Amino acid sequence: MTQSKKILIADDEPNIVISLEFLMKREGFQVSVAGDGEEAIAKIRSESPDLVLLDVMMPKKSGFDVCQEVKGDPALSATRILMLTAKGRDTEMAKGLALGADAYMTKPFSTKDLVDQVKQLLGSDA
Amino acid sequence: MLSSSVIVGASFAYLVVLFGVALYGDRRADAGRSLIANPWVYALSLAVYCTAWTYYGSVGRAATTGLGFLPVYLGPTLVMGVSWLVLLKMVRISKAYRITSIADFIASRYGKSRLLASMVTLFAVIGIVPYIALQLKAVSSEYGLLTGAHPGTSGDWYRDTALYMALVLAAFTMIFGTRHLDATERHEGMVAAIAFESIVKLVAFLAVGVVVTYFIFDGWEDLFVRAAIAPDLAPLLSLDMAGSKADWFALTVLSALAFLMLPRQFQIAVVENVDERHLKRATWLFPLYLLLINIFVLPIALGGMLRFPADVIDPDSFVLTLPLAEGYSTLTLLAFIGGLSAATSMVIVETIALSTMVCNDLVMPLLLSSQRFRRWAPHDLTGLLLLIRRGAIVVILLLGYLYFRLAGQAYALVSIGLISFAAVVQFAPALLGGMYWRGATRNGAVAGLTAGFCVWLYTLLLPSFAKSGWLPMTFVDSGMFGIELLMPERLFGFGDVNATTHALFWSMLANIGAFVTVSLWRPPTAVEAGQASVFVDILKREPRGAARFWRGQAKIDDLLALLARFLGAERVRTNFLAYAHSQGVEQIEDLEADGHLVHFAETLLAGAIGSVSARVMIASVVQEETLGLEEVMNILDEASQVRAYSRELEEKSQALQAATEDLRAANERLKELDRVKDDFMSSVTHELRTPLTSIRAFSEMLLDDPKIDLAERKRFLGIIVEETERLTRLVNQVLDLAKIESGHAQWHETDVDLIELINHVATTAGQLVRNRQAELTLELPVSVPVLRVDRDRLIQVLTNLIGNAARFVPDEGGVVRVVLSESEVGVRVDVCDNGPGIPQEVQSEIFEKFRQASGSGGKPTGTGLGLPISRQIVEQFGGRLWVTSRPGEGAVFSFELPRKLAVSTGESDAQG
Repeated sequence: MTQSKKILIADDEPNIVISLEFLMKREGFQVSVAGDGEEAIAKIRSESPDLVLLDVMMPKKSGFDVCQEVKGDPALSATRILMLTAKGRDTEMAKGLALGADAYMTKPFSTKDLVDQVKQLLGSDA
Repeated sequence: MLSSSVIVGASFAYLVVLFGVALYGDRRADAGRSLIANPWVYALSLAVYCTAWTYYGSVGRAATTGLGFLPVYLGPTLVMGVSWLVLLKMVRISKAYRITSIADFIASRYGKSRLLASMVTLFAVIGIVPYIALQLKAVSSEYGLLTGAHPGTSGDWYRDTALYMALVLAAFTMIFGTRHLDATERHEGMVAAIAFESIVKLVAFLAVGVVVTYFIFDGWEDLFVRAAIAPDLAPLLSLDMAGSKADWFALTVLSALAFLMLPRQFQIAVVENVDERHLKRATWLFPLYLLLINIFVLPIALGGMLRFPADVIDPDSFVLTLPLAEGYSTLTLLAFIGGLSAATSMVIVETIALSTMVCNDLVMPLLLSSQRFRRWAPHDLTGLLLLIRRGAIVVILLLGYLYFRLAGQAYALVSIGLISFAAVVQFAPALLGGMYWRGATRNGAVAGLTAGFCVWLYTLLLPSFAKSGWLPMTFVDSGMFGIELLMPERLFGFGDVNATTHALFWSMLANIGAFVTVSLWRPPTAVEAGQASVFVDILKREPRGAARFWRGQAKIDDLLALLARFLGAERVRTNFLAYAHSQGVEQIEDLEADGHLVHFAETLLAGAIGSVSARVMIASVVQEETLGLEEVMNILDEASQVRAYSRELEEKSQALQAATEDLRAANERLKELDRVKDDFMSSVTHELRTPLTSIRAFSEMLLDDPKIDLAERKRFLGIIVEETERLTRLVNQVLDLAKIESGHAQWHETDVDLIELINHVATTAGQLVRNRQAELTLELPVSVPVLRVDRDRLIQVLTNLIGNAARFVPDEGGVVRVVLSESEVGVRVDVCDNGPGIPQEVQSEIFEKFRQASGSGGKPTGTGLGLPISRQIVEQFGGRLWVTSRPGEGAVFSFELPRKLAVSTGESDAQG
């Protein structure tokens, strides 16, 4: 962990944000938080995180919209996106991946799996 | 006295003029500029009804019966009044099927029956020939009267003027009646001549009338005053002499029917009609003509009676003798020419009509059905046809002359006018019945005609023979075989009316009785049913409807060859080519030899040789299937069936469309329900997974990492507990809602005082408000009606509303007000907050499941099921729950419970 990767947590559930923040910080990442879709976009642009933990069901702008916008913007396309959703249907997952999400996990997730997934996404980049 | 040379010269000159008119008419027709395509000519030619019999006879009748001459003209006037009803239909049918005569018409109606065609022809000839003789006699006797010669019955036949007149008329008729064989059987020149004659006789009669009334006497008044004081004449001025009411009625009916049934009238009114619109003008023009020609009848009659001593001069000749006696020789000559014109016009048209019938309906069918004739017949039959017609003309006229020679002055001739009328009137039931009654059959027509004709023969013709001395008078006086009931003029003792009325009554009774009875006896055959529908429905149906009844195979070449034999090849090709073009085909050879073409060919041929003969000839060159009655009925029903079917189809398609609409709507509803259920499941899943996510994450972290410091550990465990509670609440609410929605919820109704209930909720739910540092205020009346509701459920609703309000009040200075009041409907509770309010567009959404408005903290913390459940509970009790809010001014959630839930109104009044 020589370099400290930046992770943005975008979720509107305060308790989930707390748990994710704790988890990511414990793994040594820099963490910032966004409570809705618009804030997420703004922070992606301003802080250029390496990875976004993106919830699908968010006020103002859904995770899908954020993903699409990020992946459609060449300046941001390097940003890894791991989508998290409480809606576990296959169509949701397919939609997320089709929009360019790098990985997709359903809630509730295993913290270990999540960390592995995050590391894998960031590791391949490194 | 006038010299015979003057009269003969004038007559001859008149005939030459007539000839000229006819020739001109034909020339114009050939040039395509028809002289008679004119309603005036049509109306004038109809006046062929006024013959020498009426020209001279009306005055005669008026001299003995006063106004008794009138019914003969009233009948036709009435018929013209309803011409659109009867005459129009006859014209339309005849045009559509090229009917050539009244025999053709009747035969055609009853399945182109040969028997009927020949019967009608035969009866017509028997009934009409004496009538022709009467015309010859009239001219001949008036000629004798003027020249002083003895009337024609005595003396050598070769010196008889009547014979020469008959021959001249035969020549005229042959020239203009059979000039060529026309497929329409129309004779324009002849019609023009007839119209001209109508003018001549009218002018002549009016001239005599004017001279008699105004020159010989001093006008109407003078005449009538003088007549009134003359004992013999006074009765003529009243209706006393004019016959009984029954006689008037009978004579009117008789003349009305005769006007339609006389072969010459049928020829002029129907066959020679160029344009059915002419009927309209004739409707008033023809009655006007009748009025004009009758206006001076009574004055002339009275004048004659006043001028001449009684019984010296035959009143029938007053028209001539009055001007002659007063020295008006030119007028006398004009009057004679008028009478001549009346006679000649009748003879010409009648002879043409009869000869056509004899040829088409009697001779040709016989010839054409004879095998021998078919072998030796020339290929081109037009010449033969014309020969037959011309022969028939000569024979008919000679028969007329012969009858005149034989009968002479006998009674049989004098009274033949009405006797003729009564004869042709026998056609009326079959003809008119056939036009309006589908059930009329050929056998009925034959029976009716036979019965009617026999009665006519027995009650009218035979007595007239007896009175002429050809039969013993005992036959009339004491009945056949001396049986009184069979006295021909007092049949079955009925005889208080004149002979004509008597005969008309019995003959019509027998005719109509037999016609109707026999028609009803058996249903019409296939052919009859087909023709019946064609005739009866002519005003509704397109004429070619008849083609529908034809099934078979035909070759165009065969049809062309057949028609060419009768009409000439060139004419046939021209007609076929026109037909081809009307069918949208260039060449005759391209025509399809179907029922329509066969029908066209048959109609074309019928115009030349009559429908009966045409039927025989067409049948000989095409292969036909005989249609069964059922098939014809099917075809007849087809039209109505098609209409009914299409209506049914339309109804069905509409029903189908409606059903499809319903199905689509139902499907939409199902889809919507499916979507709602899907959404609900998806939402529930989401709502369940969200707290689970936190619980799992924190539990795993706590499990993995024992080194987490205590404060953190405590915080995490707190979150886990909180999320577990949320999960429990959610599960409970989902189950609750499911129970309410499915109707399985348990409702424990007790008497609830809302004041007490609100106070109770304020203590329990008040904590939620106070947690947000907000204030809860209650505004309660002294009393409200006690309601019978589920107490726990109402607490649930109130708690939910107060909890929601607490979530949305601002962090500082939040106020939640609960207001209880009585409304129009019943009891009302308002829960008001001073939060951000709810935008109009989401006000209805918030009552949907899992739709939450954002709280002041940004994130709603409810389950999204509270409001839907509350609404369900309130509605369960017949109340309603709604929100009013304007953004920035807080929100008011209100519910009303209806008064009918009140435990007792008396109690509420006492408390109020």
